[in-house]
Amino acid sequence: MKKKTGTFWSEWFVTAPSFLWLALFFAIPTLIVVSFTFHGHTPNGGVAEQWSLETWRALVDPDYPTIIWRTLRISFKVTLWCILLALPCAYAIARLDKKWRAAVAGTIMLPFWTSFVVRVFAWRTMLHPNGLLQEWYCAFCQFGDRVFHSMPAFLQNTLVTLGLATPGVFDPTNATILDSEMAVVLVSVYSFLPFAIMPIYSAAEKFDFSLIEAARDLGANSFYAFRKIFIPCIRQGIVSAVLMVFIPAIGSYVIPQMLGGTNCVLIGNKIFMRAIQNRNIPHASALATVMAVSVMLPLALTVWWQSRQKAREQKRLAEEKAATSRTMEAAS
Amino acid sequence: MKKSLFAPLVLALVLLFLYIPIILVIAYGFSPDGLSMRFFDTDGRFLGFTCKWYKQIFTGAHSMRSLLDSFWLSLEIAGLATLTSCILGTTAALALHRWKSRLQTVHYALVYTPLVMPDILIGISLLMLFVACSVECGFWTILIAHITFCVSYVVMTVLARLQDFDRAIVEAAYDLGAGPVYTFFKVELPILMPGIIAGGLLAFTLSIDDVVITAFVNGAGTNTFPTYVSSMIKHSKHLPAVFALSTVMLIATCLLVGLTRIISRSQTPNRMGRTA
Repeated sequence: MKKKTGTFWSEWFVTAPSFLWLALFFAIPTLIVVSFTFHGHTPNGGVAEQWSLETWRALVDPDYPTIIWRTLRISFKVTLWCILLALPCAYAIARLDKKWRAAVAGTIMLPFWTSFVVRVFAWRTMLHPNGLLQEWYCAFCQFGDRVFHSMPAFLQNTLVTLGLATPGVFDPTNATILDSEMAVVLVSVYSFLPFAIMPIYSAAEKFDFSLIEAARDLGANSFYAFRKIFIPCIRQGIVSAVLMVFIPAIGSYVIPQMLGGTNCVLIGNKIFMRAIQNRNIPHASALATVMAVSVMLPLALTVWWQSRQKAREQKRLAEEKAATSRTMEAAS
Repeated sequence: MKKSLFAPLVLALVLLFLYIPIILVIAYGFSPDGLSMRFFDTDGRFLGFTCKWYKQIFTGAHSMRSLLDSFWLSLEIAGLATLTSCILGTTAALALHRWKSRLQTVHYALVYTPLVMPDILIGISLLMLFVACSVECGFWTILIAHITFCVSYVVMTVLARLQDFDRAIVEAAYDLGAGPVYTFFKVELPILMPGIIAGGLLAFTLSIDDVVITAFVNGAGTNTFPTYVSSMIKHSKHLPAVFALSTVMLIATCLLVGLTRIISRSQTPNRMGRTA
């Protein structure tokens, strides 16, 4: 490209609009949030003048650690379920005939053309104590309860000590789906599943399925071939799927708000509560910072892992090159 | 060779799982019970279907006023946010693609970080900014927030389009005597248009669907469609109207997407013919 004298100014001219906008409305506000965490709060809902660590100390004390732990636990569960379901789905789509693939992938994204809130609302109505699913769930619980109680006592005790069952876990009287952790996990999996399927699918599309046939010919059963050949080859897709699910799961607000009730308050809800309802801005800021860190940590780890892999690959390539050039020299 | 049926079975079940709520969204729009949207009364008698919610929406009945207002506000904000973020996003993508300076490294970080930030963090940080500057929240704060989170998506889509953009075309235009402005509008912009449109569509869907960020910066009394729906949970006598409106939106989106498909398909041979 030709070097022009006005390059510096034209670069600034083109960069300035978006740069200034994002600096003003993204970077600076983030810094404000972080700086607010080092202030105390005043009773009338303001931020105290002097710097202090009061807010961070308060974060250790009351119910905050429980909420943070619950958010992480639910996010892990949701991510796990999404990946477990997305893997066979992506595999099945990638194995379809070429003309069908785009159609099925589109079918998976289609539900997302209706409003997210409306879909969550539909789930809420569906899981309502008067709803059909609740009836089925109660029936299932009664069945489970009967099975559990018909077991010999020692088996019951073993299950309880293994943590697989607690006495009364199938108790049909308090078995509600709505306003429980289960509802939040279920609807989160529903909402984020397409974001797990898509990256895995686009990795699986490039996969050479004759490798699996080769493995089958060599005596592997289909699950073994899936596990030992398919999964390692689409690793990259799985990693981005994990991030695509884990990040929004950590930041989840609408789903626990509408389906979790008071039993399943997550960081997102607490931030909203503190910022809007109690007007305790430093606490809201501190929780937001905790959330940002728990999002950035897995992201940084992924970037580090990817760069290490790249470096390794490059090293291997360089070594191979050196080896070939050495043999060439020797030959000449 | 025998193909395993396990994966297709999971796929079928997942599709069912993804579609049940959509089917219910459509069904609830026809429910005669405005309070809890039942189709059967306590004795198990079928209550029947009704089209009254659709009628009320289309005639703009008084009880539908706030719902429809929130819907139009959503459209307005999504439209304006899309337009602005397309302009900002295209200039940003051009700058990021053309120059590789330290400034652009910082610029890229600024564009990329909002993509990985949960919505709620963008919401709270903007709220803090508006609180710190004592700006009153309302239409303009919602618009600013929406533009902020849409820009990054537009940049990424346009950048992807720029990946296979041959700068030699621009150089050729310069050599033929075109000025930078003329070249931009006559050469670069038409080539980038599909990317900008794709980014704009993404921005529009994100903006019209956003509830978390809006909930932080909307102030009292200003509701977009999603925040209005989430506030309706506790007290409403015409819930099915929400679902009826969503069904209308779903059908409109399907028609729009189908139409763009048909148009782009009918145009492709022409364009190919022209370049050939």
